[in-house]
Amino acid sequence: MKRFVAVALALTCGITAVMADTDPIAERRALMKHDGEAAKTLFGMSKGKIPFDLATVKDSLKTLDEGATKSAALFPDTSKTGGGTAALPAIWENKADFDARFAQFVKDVEAAQAGITDEATFKQLAPAVFKNCGSCHELYKAKSG
Amino acid sequence: MKGIAVVLALVVAAGAALAWTLSAPRPRYSAEEWQKLGLSGDAAAGRLVFYAGGCESCHKSPGQDDPLRLGGGLELKTPFGSFYPPNISTDPVDGIDAWQPVDVANALLSGVSSNGAHLYPAFPYTSYQHMSAKDVADLAAFLRTLPAVKGKAPANALPFPFSVRRALGLWKLLYFDNASLRPDPSQSDQWNRGRYLVEGPGHCGECHTPRGILGEMDVSRALAGAPLPDGHGKAASLRGGDFLKWTDADIVEALASGFTPAGDVLGAGMTAVVRNIAELPESDRQAIAVYLKSLPPLGAPAPAKP
Repeated sequence: MKRFVAVALALTCGITAVMADTDPIAERRALMKHDGEAAKTLFGMSKGKIPFDLATVKDSLKTLDEGATKSAALFPDTSKTGGGTAALPAIWENKADFDARFAQFVKDVEAAQAGITDEATFKQLAPAVFKNCGSCHELYKAKSG
Repeated sequence: MKGIAVVLALVVAAGAALAWTLSAPRPRYSAEEWQKLGLSGDAAAGRLVFYAGGCESCHKSPGQDDPLRLGGGLELKTPFGSFYPPNISTDPVDGIDAWQPVDVANALLSGVSSNGAHLYPAFPYTSYQHMSAKDVADLAAFLRTLPAVKGKAPANALPFPFSVRRALGLWKLLYFDNASLRPDPSQSDQWNRGRYLVEGPGHCGECHTPRGILGEMDVSRALAGAPLPDGHGKAASLRGGDFLKWTDADIVEALASGFTPAGDVLGAGMTAVVRNIAELPESDRQAIAVYLKSLPPLGAPAPAKP
């Protein structure tokens, strides 16, 4: 009996952990939050509000790269509503365009990662990265708050 | 018995005649009155009015990025049906090439088309009515410099009774002042400029102010946040919630770049607003911030009835 309880407990915990891990809405929201923080840092730097620092730029771009790469897969058909999501139904009506925009975002971030070596190249390549935020939010993110 | 029928018929006829008279379109300017203002129209200044008014948000041809191609046709979904903003380019057939500045003025300020018919308030003349005659003249001059775009927008898809255009005259009697904005002399020029931009050309209240059952703005809750007309999401309160924590600099930044203090980037309809307001001088964004920050805070609205 003890063993049975132990196994059941382990299973329950395991399943709960797996379920928590595969809640795409919570996951993508957390990733977007990190992306937002990274983007804010980069944006502040591009405006001269934060002093330029190459290491921070590289870190922030890495966050965006990982965030965008992972997030793209976190919009399954089963995640249209709930969990406080601001995702619009338009995402699933235009899935190909939505996916293409994520791919473009990743591409622009990776071009920035490869091309930014100093402040001048940063100012040159950063706007292409920022452009992705608004163009995607315009179509696919509901206003909230 | 015959007498009652006659009286009834007369009452109905009188009622219909009254409704017809009351619902008449009332353009603010006749051609002569507009002429007397002596406004020549400065296209360069009109370019800024164009962006302050966000004209392209609705009139830009969908599916392309040039804000100056005003072919119309974007679908606006609302609880009353779907509206399709018309072609306002200089195309002589499909656009408004034939419109005189006074026609532009009466459309913006009174919601009356060049053919004398009412326009639906999906075209936000409830806000544009507050624009100055000079801004209107400048805007009309700027529109003339834009390219002709072929193609007509689809007809509005509205169910009865909203399909009855003349009935808008009665709606206007209830909810439309047809009046300009008087500056408040007790406030600074900057504040008055901000108020003008927000309540006039910027037409912020069209999304941020909740509406009543006939689509009228609930002015007692002006800018206090509202569900979006397409049913997806909500326009934030500019008098409560997180917005109260925004500084003037935060508002200026968000209107220039879309970045919010939380690191989010404004989406949905605000993307176009930012694209437009970013074209204005920094002083205008600062004026908007000063005006918005001066609004008295208002608590969250009561939850919607199920």
